[in-house]
Amino acid sequence: MKTTPPGQKKDAGAGEGSPAGDPLLKLELRSDPGLLCAVRGAVERLTEALGFSAADGRAVTRAVDEALTNIIRHAYAGAPDQLIEVVFRATRRPGAEGAAVGLEIVMSDQGQAVDPEKLCGRALHDVKPGGLGLHFIRESMDVVEFKRANEANYLRLVKYVRAPKETANLVKR
Amino acid sequence: MEIASRQLDKATIFDITGDIDLANSPAVRKALLREVREKRTPKVVMNLSKVRYIDSSGVASLVEGLKASRDAGTRFILIGLSTSAREVLQLSRLLKIFEVYDNEEQALASA
Repeated sequence: MKTTPPGQKKDAGAGEGSPAGDPLLKLELRSDPGLLCAVRGAVERLTEALGFSAADGRAVTRAVDEALTNIIRHAYAGAPDQLIEVVFRATRRPGAEGAAVGLEIVMSDQGQAVDPEKLCGRALHDVKPGGLGLHFIRESMDVVEFKRANEANYLRLVKYVRAPKETANLVKR
Repeated sequence: MEIASRQLDKATIFDITGDIDLANSPAVRKALLREVREKRTPKVVMNLSKVRYIDSSGVASLVEGLKASRDAGTRFILIGLSTSAREVLQLSRLLKIFEVYDNEEQALASA
């Protein structure tokens, strides 16, 4: 796994009109399941540094892990030597000003095109193994966007840092 | 990740240490299914107290173990769920289908 310091290049997968800036962290890794633990460790530390609650940090970590798992299993059909790029940027809620209050993650691969029909996940009332990863991603993140461009798959995930008051309200629900 | 197993009376306890993810969930699945389908152990207990992270493939392995135990007419029990493991099972709305206890004593004492 290779880490790249922040650069000036804006990735093709970043959302249009995204308020996200230069990368905080950029990872280039092989599609090897044995590297997932290293990525989880990096995401945990990054979310801590950005002020996410422990629960939201776990949610972001889970979403990144599940997305990488999907890339390895489906886009690359289990081949362990293909390239995956993950770019992390600080971002803001649309319309918000001031300090960064969220994390944008853009993951890209050059694997097989993903069938949009398969991006809906499975019905949860079916008690059966498999099909949970996408559900975990959608439940864990505020924004989940997928696109295919230049023969690559791009997945954009965003999670906003919740204010303490907002978190307290959620706990009361 | 490490999988250790112990036999106590008619129960087998699997002590799992580490994260369960795409890299090692096949090993968990294999150990579980062997215990349930081949050995037909009456009570299989998964001690997850030292599992810090479990992904969807790990959850799928547990569901397979549960389904196999139902087919075999045996019991499949989870103990020591960490916050993260509990969150994932709640997120998948599968927590309620498992028999869950806080610790080994409770699991072994359960009828």
